[in-house]
Amino acid sequence: MIPTVLRASLVAVLLVLAGTAHAIDAEDAFDDPVLQERYENINRELRCLVCQNQTIADSNATLAQDLRREVRDMIAAGQTDAQIREFMIERYGDFVLYRPRMTAGNFLLWAAPVLLLLIGAVVLVRVVRRRAQESDLDADGPEAGQS
Amino acid sequence: MAKFVVPFALFLLLGVFLFIGLQRDPSYVPSPLIGKPAPQFSLPSLQDAAYPVSSQELLGQPWVLNVWGTWCGGCRQEHDTLLAIARQKTVPIVGLNWKDDNALAQQWLRDLGNPYAVVAEDREGRTAIDWGVYGAPETFLIGADGVVLFKHIAPMTMEVWNKEFLPRIEASRAATGSQS
Repeated sequence: MIPTVLRASLVAVLLVLAGTAHAIDAEDAFDDPVLQERYENINRELRCLVCQNQTIADSNATLAQDLRREVRDMIAAGQTDAQIREFMIERYGDFVLYRPRMTAGNFLLWAAPVLLLLIGAVVLVRVVRRRAQESDLDADGPEAGQS
Repeated sequence: MAKFVVPFALFLLLGVFLFIGLQRDPSYVPSPLIGKPAPQFSLPSLQDAAYPVSSQELLGQPWVLNVWGTWCGGCRQEHDTLLAIARQKTVPIVGLNWKDDNALAQQWLRDLGNPYAVVAEDREGRTAIDWGVYGAPETFLIGADGVVLFKHIAPMTMEVWNKEFLPRIEASRAATGSQS
């Protein structure tokens, strides 16, 4: 009986905690659900510069709070998502974006998987052809059938 | 023999890249502001809210912007260095008091000494965002033409001042022909 009670209360505690885990913002920034969704989406795309592996949606650092306020004010002022992103990049650089853009500087990084795949394919084709030629020579050679 | 040279060379190359990566500080975020006009601000002075501090007034000479707060340990660490730099009277050091308590900040300057020509109070942290500030202390060097020349993200040291700031200040003066 007791374990069941314990288990039930543990579940209750965890459920309560699960609720607070998402409530970095004490309340919604917008009454309008469309604006609220835009606000949350942008926050999830922007890096918190002090706690680098968190987005500003996930972090309660002071800077993250300030940046969320900035996002909220810009949405309220009628700015587009692109304008808000541009605002952040001008100040904090590309690093502020959680999904990095392709630029001249990091093009090689983006192209690397395709390039490596192509190099691998070329090497594979050459090796296979060489082996095929070698076995052809073996087959046509005077000692064919003897080995 | 040659079969192993190429993979081994590639392995060494990768090792070199990884080794260089180890030397770099992942928390350092380069500022996109370098080489661009410094963001303008007009904020109340820390000591007298009726007296505004405007970045426009500083045009025509190189100057330094130091972002600090009483809550920031690194700022305490660099304070004596800032005082020593201020005594050199090379350039004015403007303080940006970032998200701080006014009384505490004034007390700090009374207790530890005031290296700043003037301190702007950024209670809301909006000016700090305009400058791309993410962790105090941060110190910017702005040229006589109002362009950001350099940014140091860490407590200021005499070594950094002599190596990174002074030569750029000299160059900025030489370029605009202003007198020290």
